[in-house]
Amino acid sequence: MEAMTLGSMLWMTVAAFLTLCIFSFLYKDNPFYTFAEHLIVGISAGYWISILYHTSLTVLWIEPLVDSFKAFGNAEGSVAGKIGMLIVNIAPGAIGLLMLSRFFKKISWISRWPIAYYLGISAGAALPLFMQSFVIRQVAANMIDPTAVVNTMGSDLTILYHYGNSTLMFWQGLGQIIIVLGSICGLAYFYFSAEHKGILGGAAKIGIWILMIGFGATFGYTVMARVSLLIGRFNFLIEWVSALGNYFGA
Amino acid sequence: MAGGIWLKLANLDRRWIYFVIGVVTFIPILFYIEVEVNITPEVESVYHRVDSLAPGTVIMVPMEFSPSTMAELEPMARAVLRHCFSRDLRVLSTALQIDGIILIEKVLRESAVEYGKKYGEDYVFLGYKPDAQSVILSMGENFRNSFPRDYYGDYLDDLPMMNGISNYSNMACIVNINATSGVDYWINYANGRYGAELALGVTAVIATDYYTFLQSNQIFGLMGGLKGAAEYERLIGRPKDIANRSMTSVSVAHVFIILFIIIGNVAYFVNRRKGQG
Repeated sequence: MEAMTLGSMLWMTVAAFLTLCIFSFLYKDNPFYTFAEHLIVGISAGYWISILYHTSLTVLWIEPLVDSFKAFGNAEGSVAGKIGMLIVNIAPGAIGLLMLSRFFKKISWISRWPIAYYLGISAGAALPLFMQSFVIRQVAANMIDPTAVVNTMGSDLTILYHYGNSTLMFWQGLGQIIIVLGSICGLAYFYFSAEHKGILGGAAKIGIWILMIGFGATFGYTVMARVSLLIGRFNFLIEWVSALGNYFGA
Repeated sequence: MAGGIWLKLANLDRRWIYFVIGVVTFIPILFYIEVEVNITPEVESVYHRVDSLAPGTVIMVPMEFSPSTMAELEPMARAVLRHCFSRDLRVLSTALQIDGIILIEKVLRESAVEYGKKYGEDYVFLGYKPDAQSVILSMGENFRNSFPRDYYGDYLDDLPMMNGISNYSNMACIVNINATSGVDYWINYANGRYGAELALGVTAVIATDYYTFLQSNQIFGLMGGLKGAAEYERLIGRPKDIANRSMTSVSVAHVFIILFIIIGNVAYFVNRRKGQG
């Protein structure tokens, strides 16, 4: 473990103080909580600007742009090529700068161009792949050969009956059937073009049970997530107290 | 007694619940009692895939978490990185969540130092670039498109590990440890567009959303929250690391939350019966 310096001890104490400020909201809203909340908003904004400048603006725009200008002083390469590269390197920044037109009422409409450009690129890149990854592959996963599943389940039951053991294929098969039926019933619940009566009504009723089980699983996981975060902060506070003890005790 | 105990319970000040949960979560941290952690097939699958790789193979471990989710994902990241470095795998990492860059760099550096690994030869950290969607897409063509230089400002071509490494096809697999909805981009682009083998380590809140991708074989493994981290720690033979030590608190807190739910429901129905609800 690295030796704790006075500087890191002070920063750790600030972090512990801010943790306690946020925790104080559990009792009731108070100036300490408001202070910590405003501080995180302000620091985040400043931090993000600084990170974006150093990791993106300089590396991905300013440096390539400067290199494009420098290329004109180089004898190698054609002038047309150099002009082309200059335009390619100016374009991203120029399009980005158009966003700032929002600050000027008369020309604020220009900010729609970069937004349109970004939306067009994003949608174009995402939509076909989204259909593939989130719809077609999911539907395909629900297409099982029912006879193969039933035969496998049957053979597993036979093994269980004759030899007293199981290859667990029965339960896997049952799981697949539940997934397929659950998907169909879940979709039936969201089918609103016909009244939920008869077979559709029954399927929709099973569908809502399936959904409730899903919500229950998500809720259980969410509780674990929130408790984990609390444990994380407690661990940090314990670490802080022991670091304080070690620093001043040493 | 006016109203009775059930009415009082139904109207209990919620701060008492916060207090009880705080106490029952805090005490087990001080007095560690080991609880059983069952290994699930989806976590074991990640372990076996990483364990089967030959030394020197390059694996990608992109991490996207921030201070608000580090309690869950930092132990998971450490467990996976320790496994990779102990197997002499070479690790390529990114941090596509802006407020987690420093945390992620620290986890990667400390894990590498623990196994005597050298930066540039055994592991490379590319750092952060905005717009995860575009970055993940462009890395499928070439890492240098979005990251001409690494986190420390070195050109990728100057790093020995990056020789001959251009895109996902050079990675044995990707183990994405992620607290954001950016997981969808990894599924959509890294796996969907470029066919990279992908496993996920996600926060418990979003874990259930990704089981469907496990069933459709779009991902080969899934670790959910602190429990997933605890399982991985056990698989790599570190059952006393932070995630496992925290499982006692998680278990005790869950028992109390279940009790509160039961008490709340009983109180609701009793009061409704009495016409006081």
